Amino acid sequence: MIVAERKSLEEIRRTIAPYERVLIVGCGTCATVCGAGGEREVALLHAGLRAMEARSGEGWHTFLEFTVKRQCDAEFLDALVDRVREVDAVLSLGCGIGVQAIAERFPTLPVLPGVNTSFMGMAKEWGVWDERCAACGDCRLAETAGICPITRCAKGILNGPCAGTKNGKCEANNEMDCAWVLIYQRLEKLHRLEDMRRYYPPRNFRVIPRPRRIVSKAEVAVGGNNG
Amino acid sequence: MAKSSFEEKLDANEFVVTTEVGPPKGCDVSGLVHDIDLLKDKVDAINVTDHQSSVMRFPSIGGCLLVKEQGGEPVLQVTCRDRNRLALQAELLFAHSRDIHNVLCLTGDSVDVGDHKEAKPVFDLDSVQLLRTARLMETGTDTSGNELKGAPQFCLGASVHPGADFIEPQLIKFDKKVEAGAKFFQTQGVFDLASLRRFMQYASQFDVKILAGIIVMASARMARYMNDNVPGITVPQPVIDELATAEKGKGLQKGVEIAARFVKTIKEEKLCHGVHIMAVGNEKIVPDILERAELISVGA
Repeated sequence: MIVAERKSLEEIRRTIAPYERVLIVGCGTCATVCGAGGEREVALLHAGLRAMEARSGEGWHTFLEFTVKRQCDAEFLDALVDRVREVDAVLSLGCGIGVQAIAERFPTLPVLPGVNTSFMGMAKEWGVWDERCAACGDCRLAETAGICPITRCAKGILNGPCAGTKNGKCEANNEMDCAWVLIYQRLEKLHRLEDMRRYYPPRNFRVIPRPRRIVSKAEVAVGGNNG
Repeated sequence: MAKSSFEEKLDANEFVVTTEVGPPKGCDVSGLVHDIDLLKDKVDAINVTDHQSSVMRFPSIGGCLLVKEQGGEPVLQVTCRDRNRLALQAELLFAHSRDIHNVLCLTGDSVDVGDHKEAKPVFDLDSVQLLRTARLMETGTDTSGNELKGAPQFCLGASVHPGADFIEPQLIKFDKKVEAGAKFFQTQGVFDLASLRRFMQYASQFDVKILAGIIVMASARMARYMNDNVPGITVPQPVIDELATAEKGKGLQKGVEIAARFVKTIKEEKLCHGVHIMAVGNEKIVPDILERAELISVGA
């Protein structure tokens, strides 16, 4: 899933400054699971902004709250149509896709990000999120024992560890595991060490010209049942 | 094309001595030229580092040109950290055009350890891919299969870490570098002869030259600092303890003693094909080490 972190109250306050009435919109999918922008976080942010404004004596904003099921899906944004009429801007706690989906849906409405979209990852333990996929468009996990060196190696290198690894950790961050040590250890358990001996040519960055688009309409049922 | 003098010595199985200089942060190259002058006739080649430890400096290629101007033999260090495959290939073409053929191909330290931590890390290629790229260019082709007008030629080197705490993955990478066309290796700093011996037992099956990396420590404090902050370096406790026995202000002298002892043993036991001395800022003491190790005569 997509993992995000809420921006600081100070930064949010600066971005909403020009707008009197602000609708804080949460997202019921990834942003909810990672605790950055679900219904609960919308309410907490609302309370936080109010408290901050009260302290500073400049509390002239009006806040409304609403959380949609999925900000990145146009069909769920219909629920915002009536609500956005009453506001001057939307503060989205969805990921960067959510912010842009709302902006596309409402061409004359200012949409501001309330979170920093960080990465695609998973919960390592409660409250700890780790990046796992870089969406490189050319998955090599079959050859690297299911551990992604593009994402988990600080240098994203393909032919084995650099010399900076120490105690199984990365030279860029000694709290992070060296991806290539993990790959070696797992390949060894799988009796697949020969995979590491193979030469991996330079990556093909042509598979990720930005922005990317995938067209596969045939596999998507029209009108729903797609999650 | 004629081989570089360094390559000729490697081919002749001479015990080769290389050292390295770090370019300045800024345009004033007088100190660098001074170091080059001091070293050029005492060693077989001088590496010029490429933004060592990811600290932005005068470039390696510029330093190599200065080595040439002063009549020395340069080794160009090329890391993959700051340039994509277009820029790396361009640099190799330029190096060849200026008669710089010795190239040490490195992945490069992480930008996180340097002084421009917010920079974009490139790593379009890694060290193995860079070696293969250089070898491919020698055949007259670039990495997209286009024909080159005039093919370069190189004496390619790479790095290896015999003292790594988990050696097996490093050895796989070493194999891949050999296969990719590395002719010589300048190792990461080795401080313990036992791990060097073990590594050489393994490496001797390949037709490559291994130059043992010797880092000259200036104090016990520096050794501890390097352990904590410099990627790929582990100074063992006995070496730190020996450095700590030095009288105040005489740490570097002790470091020189230790380095000279290592070099001498390596030479006498024919443990490696040469040594690569890294004085990290104290380049002036390199001749002293070589004299003590009896590799050059006193006052030579």
